[in-house]
Amino acid sequence: MKSARVVLFFLLAAVAVGTSFSSVNAQGPGPLADPKSTNQAGFPATLYLWVIPPDNQQTPAKIALGKALFFDDRLSADGKISCDHCHGPAKGFTDQLPTSEGIHAQFGQRNAPPILNALFNVTQFWDGRSPTLEAQIEGPVTNPVEMGMKSTDDAVAAVKSIPEYVKQFQEVFGRAPNFADIERAIAAYERTQLAFDSPFDKFINGDQSAISDSAKRGWSIFNGKGRCMSCHGWNPTQPLFTDQKFHNIGVSAHKSDFVPLARKALDIFSKTGGDSLAIDKLAIGTDMSGLGRFLVTKQPHDIGSFRTMSLRNLLVTEPYFHDGSQATLWDTIDHYNKGGVQNPYLDGGITPLGLTEAEEDDLIAFLATLTSPEYADAAKQEYDLQFKRSRTDRPQRDTAAANGDKGRGPGLAGPFGDIGPAQDLENPALLGGY
Amino acid sequence: MAARHKSVETKYMEERDAVLRGLRGLDRRTFLKVLAASAGAVMAKSLMPPHTFQLVEVANAAPDKTAEATGMAGKPPFTFAYISDTHLYPRTLNQRFVRGAVKAVEDVNALDPQPDFVLFGGDLAQLGRHEELELGRQILAELKAPVKMMVGEHDWFYDLGETWQDMFGPPNYSFDWKGVHVVVLMSVHEKDFWTARKMTPAERMQTVAGLDNGIQSRFEVGDEERKWLSDDLAKVPHTTPLLVFSHSPLYKYYRNWNFWTEDAEQVQAILKPYKHVTVIHGHTHQMLYNQIGNISFYGMLSTAWPWPYAPTGLPPLTIQMNRADPFDQFDGLGDGQLNVRPDGLADKIYNLWDRNPVSVKADYLVSHGKVARPPAPQFASY
Repeated sequence: MKSARVVLFFLLAAVAVGTSFSSVNAQGPGPLADPKSTNQAGFPATLYLWVIPPDNQQTPAKIALGKALFFDDRLSADGKISCDHCHGPAKGFTDQLPTSEGIHAQFGQRNAPPILNALFNVTQFWDGRSPTLEAQIEGPVTNPVEMGMKSTDDAVAAVKSIPEYVKQFQEVFGRAPNFADIERAIAAYERTQLAFDSPFDKFINGDQSAISDSAKRGWSIFNGKGRCMSCHGWNPTQPLFTDQKFHNIGVSAHKSDFVPLARKALDIFSKTGGDSLAIDKLAIGTDMSGLGRFLVTKQPHDIGSFRTMSLRNLLVTEPYFHDGSQATLWDTIDHYNKGGVQNPYLDGGITPLGLTEAEEDDLIAFLATLTSPEYADAAKQEYDLQFKRSRTDRPQRDTAAANGDKGRGPGLAGPFGDIGPAQDLENPALLGGY
Repeated sequence: MAARHKSVETKYMEERDAVLRGLRGLDRRTFLKVLAASAGAVMAKSLMPPHTFQLVEVANAAPDKTAEATGMAGKPPFTFAYISDTHLYPRTLNQRFVRGAVKAVEDVNALDPQPDFVLFGGDLAQLGRHEELELGRQILAELKAPVKMMVGEHDWFYDLGETWQDMFGPPNYSFDWKGVHVVVLMSVHEKDFWTARKMTPAERMQTVAGLDNGIQSRFEVGDEERKWLSDDLAKVPHTTPLLVFSHSPLYKYYRNWNFWTEDAEQVQAILKPYKHVTVIHGHTHQMLYNQIGNISFYGMLSTAWPWPYAPTGLPPLTIQMNRADPFDQFDGLGDGQLNVRPDGLADKIYNLWDRNPVSVKADYLVSHGKVARPPAPQFASY
């Protein structure tokens, strides 16, 4: 851990020099874009060592190069879209849009996932179609509705035409720019975006005053009645709030007829091949996006499944879900509370929760404590906005469904009965007290 | 157009076609060939490993090439699906099992083309009450394909089958289907343990529903029904393939849990003269298969809960399933399909809901495990 801190110190110094020639605006991307210290409460030092690939070690010069590329819009076909266009540091490395805008004002089908802590992801993208930060870069660069390069060769040519880059690639990799090295450099920069040090991290380290009583009640609900912990797992060695798996929680069920859509996708794959770029095109550009993980595995049980996202800094990465379909955390929790949207592939863990509105407020107070210090102000602002909205506008709240009192008609669609946990049950996690 | 040079694209498309075709046919040799070809193509392109295109195609597998080659062909192959052990309580008491049953029906209805029929494997109800059976009847009524009903002990011992028989007819019957003789047995009769103890119907039902109790007797097909079976088969030539449906396994697995049929050997003796016999059973809620002499046994998955494997008696051919995830109510559960080959043997697909499907070929069982071994799970079983 100590040596990691020393490395980071050098990284910070080097990056300050390294980005001077980038084509972003004169002020540069600002301090939120800087590589983050490993000296953060809750930082998983052991896990960090595991996730840095042996063939792409972090060096200050490489990170500086990656940062320059990350903020360089010349990597796109029209010279207007850089990585940070959709993964902006001020917005928690997202764009805060339901789905992202690419070249020529085209919108894809997926919500931009945050770069923060993405180095810990076992797979990348909402459907895990890419195994590493390096490998995923080809997707957005060449996807016609994202950065729109005809091929990775075009991206390499763009980089080669810039003398500063040629020089820097020579220094970092000892050779001319090529796409694999572009991937290595950008991935190395992305691996500096660590986001811990939140009030929750301090609380779980023993500081009782770090979070409010409401947030403490929320932490109990998170572990108990809300069943959140089952997928958004936290433990000291993996403090990421994700199980890294894929679940159908019924997000796209209301607008997708899964079975015909799955057949259509298989039909297209049988003609075009099902490689990662073919998947990328369907996932970003078509209504088959809602099939999620199925596009990757072609297994029916993965239909409509998406990767469990980390919950850290979620107040600055709104809106929520793979299609950005929920605007606020209250809407998101309301979605879970009613047991998602029924569909044949709904995950077995998704069930009505019977949370009261007060319990949801507590739960969201807890979620708000997962904010890293650099986003504290932005998160507070967003929390206040969402809180205000939640007092009057709750489009997803369905108390009858949450309590299991609502069914879908006779036969297959009949009422489901008991689902809601009994309201007078005490939360066992609360009995121990703090 | 003479012999043509094939472009890289053409070759690639041909490889893909081969993958898709081969996975549909799924006879082992072709499968391996295809696997090797696609793995080669994939490695050359440094892509992810090849995927199994199993969506629904497998369910409607093409006629088995090996069967044709060995002269066993002749009768049309067919597919049937199963749903089993739904264990429904009234909706007001429990929704989990309702969700499972509904999911299975939606699953089977999504098959295209539809199976010839759907076998329901017994234990529709949890405690044999009228409203439980009625709920099950309503849910199964949504199935597009015709349903063949079998009774389980949870359906029977509240009123000794009165309601069930009113709804679904006699518990044992037979029919012929595309050259295969199909027999549905009522294999969960018990000797009268309740009269002497002055048990109420509810007490009787609860006793049968329990494990590890010495009060109830073991399941049996019984003298009367074995006689019926012998008479039924008297008209059926020994070369005709038999499909036998029973709720309890028609062999002795674990006595204390009634994973057991007391007169199993006598029933097996009746089936012995037939060349190909496949017994499909419910009750055990787990991936389970066995081969005794000429008889292949397959256990069906439940839609309600997975049983752990019993401490002893597990048939050696069974490859155990991983422990199910307790958080995920659907894990370890599912439904399935049987692809009956032209020779009357059946390949089986365990359609596990939150896992990849597992295919158990008839060849694996009839060869006593020498060929077509299904893949072992990633982790050890419980």
